[in-house]
Amino acid sequence: MMTDLAYTIKDFKSENEVRWCPGCGDYAIMNAVQKTMADMNVPHEKFAVISGIGCSSRFPYYMSTFGFHSIHGRAAAIASGVKSANPDLNVWVITGDGDSMAIGGNHFIHLVRRNIDLNVILFNNKIYGLTKGQYSPTTDRGFVTKTSPFGTIEDSFIPGQLVLGSGGTFFARAVDSNVKHNQQVFAEAAKHKGTSMVEVLQNCVIFNDGIHEQIADPKHRAERQLFLEHGKPMIFGQENEKGLVLENGRLKVVTIGENGVSEADILVHDATETDLSIHMQLIRMTLPDFPIAMGVIRSVEAPIYDQELTKQIETVSAKRKVNNMDELLRSGNTWEVNEPNSSEPVPFFQKKCPIIQS
Amino acid sequence: MKDTKVIELEEVAIRFSGDSGDGMQLTGTLFSDATALFGNDISTFPDYPSEIRAPQGTVGGVSGFQVQFGHKEINTPGDDAHVLIAMNPAAVKANARFIRPGGTIIYDVDSFNQKNLDKAKFTTTDPFAELKLEDFVKIPVPITSLTRESLKDFGMDNKSILRSKNMFALGLICWMFGRPMDYIENFISTKFAKKPMVVESNLKVLHAGYNYGMNMQHMTPRYWVDAAAIEKGTYRNINGNQATAWGFLAAAEKAGLELFLGSYPITPATDVLTTLAARRDLGVKTFQAEDEIAGICTALGAAFAGNLAVTNTSGPGLALKSEAIGLAVMAELPLVVVNVQRGGPSTGLPTKTEQSDLLQALYGRNGESPVVVLAASTPSDCFYYAYLACKIALERMVPVILLTDGFLGNGSEPWRIPAMAELPEIKPRIAKDSSKFKAYRRDVETLAREWAFPGMDGFQHRIGGLEKNQEGTVSHDPENHQVNCEIREAKVQKVVEMLPELEVFGETDGGDVLVVSWGGTYGHTVSAVREMRKEGKNVSLAHFNFIKPLPANTREVFSKFKTIVVCELNLGQFAAYLRDQVPGFEYRQVNKLKGLPFTVSELKENVEKLLED
Repeated sequence: MMTDLAYTIKDFKSENEVRWCPGCGDYAIMNAVQKTMADMNVPHEKFAVISGIGCSSRFPYYMSTFGFHSIHGRAAAIASGVKSANPDLNVWVITGDGDSMAIGGNHFIHLVRRNIDLNVILFNNKIYGLTKGQYSPTTDRGFVTKTSPFGTIEDSFIPGQLVLGSGGTFFARAVDSNVKHNQQVFAEAAKHKGTSMVEVLQNCVIFNDGIHEQIADPKHRAERQLFLEHGKPMIFGQENEKGLVLENGRLKVVTIGENGVSEADILVHDATETDLSIHMQLIRMTLPDFPIAMGVIRSVEAPIYDQELTKQIETVSAKRKVNNMDELLRSGNTWEVNEPNSSEPVPFFQKKCPIIQS
Repeated sequence: MKDTKVIELEEVAIRFSGDSGDGMQLTGTLFSDATALFGNDISTFPDYPSEIRAPQGTVGGVSGFQVQFGHKEINTPGDDAHVLIAMNPAAVKANARFIRPGGTIIYDVDSFNQKNLDKAKFTTTDPFAELKLEDFVKIPVPITSLTRESLKDFGMDNKSILRSKNMFALGLICWMFGRPMDYIENFISTKFAKKPMVVESNLKVLHAGYNYGMNMQHMTPRYWVDAAAIEKGTYRNINGNQATAWGFLAAAEKAGLELFLGSYPITPATDVLTTLAARRDLGVKTFQAEDEIAGICTALGAAFAGNLAVTNTSGPGLALKSEAIGLAVMAELPLVVVNVQRGGPSTGLPTKTEQSDLLQALYGRNGESPVVVLAASTPSDCFYYAYLACKIALERMVPVILLTDGFLGNGSEPWRIPAMAELPEIKPRIAKDSSKFKAYRRDVETLAREWAFPGMDGFQHRIGGLEKNQEGTVSHDPENHQVNCEIREAKVQKVVEMLPELEVFGETDGGDVLVVSWGGTYGHTVSAVREMRKEGKNVSLAHFNFIKPLPANTREVFSKFKTIVVCELNLGQFAAYLRDQVPGFEYRQVNKLKGLPFTVSELKENVEKLLED
């Protein structure tokens, strides 16, 4: 057990002025991330926060950790390199729906497929904010934006579905304003070994204000959000009177006490179930027929890329026949030249390319 | 300058070899005739067993046919073959000693079963290792099964089907060496005119072999660069891609860093990845990414995390990597990008060589985005320029693009193996004092910033693609941006202090004609200049390995010659760059864009024409 580092949230704030719009959902998310990091008891210098481009991607500048604000869509790829280069680091990826569902879609699915041990927070506000209000890959069909003045004619990605389709081992969902729940979810994500994907329903106060209001409004929270906990029954409602059951393989909302349904009949959440079907149905639940599934929907174990890489290097190195460059250069087919007329060798960097030594 | 001789395809020897019943003599003859009609001079050497039917599959039963061909007068069939086509294990055994070191062996992998290994008296399951052929290029081709597959609808018996195997091999070789097949087709149609089934089946298999080669993009080194082995030492054959990969490995060892390669397979650069992927034993981290962009982005992430980070690609891949190179410029991280150039634009000629990515390497990014650009000139010196690229990147905190090309990457030559002790030190600019650390604080001399990476306590900082001030804080200040753009350019220019001056081969004090070349054309330009000098002509050579920055004495060298002629495998990119960077001279041009290296004779012809003017 390592010593308690006793960080507080302040230890993770940078001196830079935070420049998100007043009322932006990003503030709450950042607070939750900072609190989570402070509680993790991981040395501060081991954190690295990597982002792409978009409003949320300014995130690293507001953190006091190592940070890399990169290019549009590529945070997942850059972070994959960071973690593979040094698996000892605690690497977080901050991205948005445009950054990782559109331009970075390819890196997103391959990150998940490889199961690299990164914590990804996907800020989903269903709009391009930094470019001032164009529809994104998570914008609902028919939605009117500046680039869809007559409504979009595209269906949207459901991020969790994409994660499961890519073989994801961890997917969770949260609402930006529910800081306490965010912290719980981030802590679970941080604990999970492998790619942890957290979709945060985030409000863009300027270009898409209220987009998640129907779900997020605390007044309706109990009715419209199902807070999943591993090993607990899937119960929701003002009076905890509703729940989910499985009927012919499909999820169904029932009321406890009606039609002979008792609490014992309610489905118990198993986040570790490898079979996709219930997790997929939970992810796809929409209002008004269902509540929106929140919390850790899926958390299963699978081989982790960065650990496998380290393991492979150790295994192969243990049996190696060459130990260094001098041996490698002389391995395989070589021959000696030592004729009476052959000259003494002159190093390349003295003869052909006499570079100046620093 | 290095004593190098280029042997062009004008002298390639191919040896067909199989069971005496495999039709190798016919195959060899047909290929030779097609080659002769194609305009090459040829010399052939049939080598078959005295028994017409020695026991099948045994070494004694192997029949061979060697052909050497070229543009020049060919007087011999070649001592050793560059390429061996082996239809079974016995053929490999019988011919192992006739293959040039580092040559290519194309073999029917279907016939490499236990039965045939036993017949050929191999004692292990790896005949190549047993014959010490590890360093040869081996291309396994399922000749038997593909022949069978292509004839499955012909209703032929097994024996007749197998008799067509040689046509598959012939078609494949025709693809590899760019031979037109009409002569062979005519021959078959005429010879078997009365047996339409035989004609049809043979042509079917012939084309199947040709198409297989095309689909698999099989190619062999078509050019050979021989360095006269005049220095004492231990030698090996090495191709340019392997040398590049090993140069990176050597740099990592010298710098005391882990090596990370982010990469996406692309012809002809993939062998850099495969060579390094094999080196998990030395701790190399190769990351085969989902695309070219992720290839460089993972590398950039690894550079941020403190590894020696490299990425390899070819032209179209470099285009995809542009944005991330820009980020490396802005973030001022050490990163090496090697571009094994091929024919462009677009997909272009993937298996052919060209030098047409020069301007892309120099300028192909948004904004003022200077990087160091180096170019290797022979297969083996790819090792040293890869090493130097890493040294510059790590010591000057700057991205470096190393240009090689398909000719260097696939070409091989004998190489005196250096000792690691011969290589210069590499001192990465890893930050030491956290109290003084600022993300963009620079060395006053070199303008290089310091490198601090996650895990280093007290050095926490943020970098990224936005313009920054010295502290690393985002800055939109107009003055700051101008200053930083100038600094990033000046930092690249200051690398010239590390580099040697431009050498002149020939009239070092000046003369009539100065041939200027760069990168992979060296073997041909130096051979051409040497031959012209032997003929008494006043011709010299200045060959460039350093493109940006240019060697400090470039102008001084140019000013000593009456005529400067820039020879390159593009439409004049280096000439254009020189006009901009070293103005005041008339740059004549010799350009070639055929996906092929220069030939010595065409270079001579062009330069001599200039001499006459």
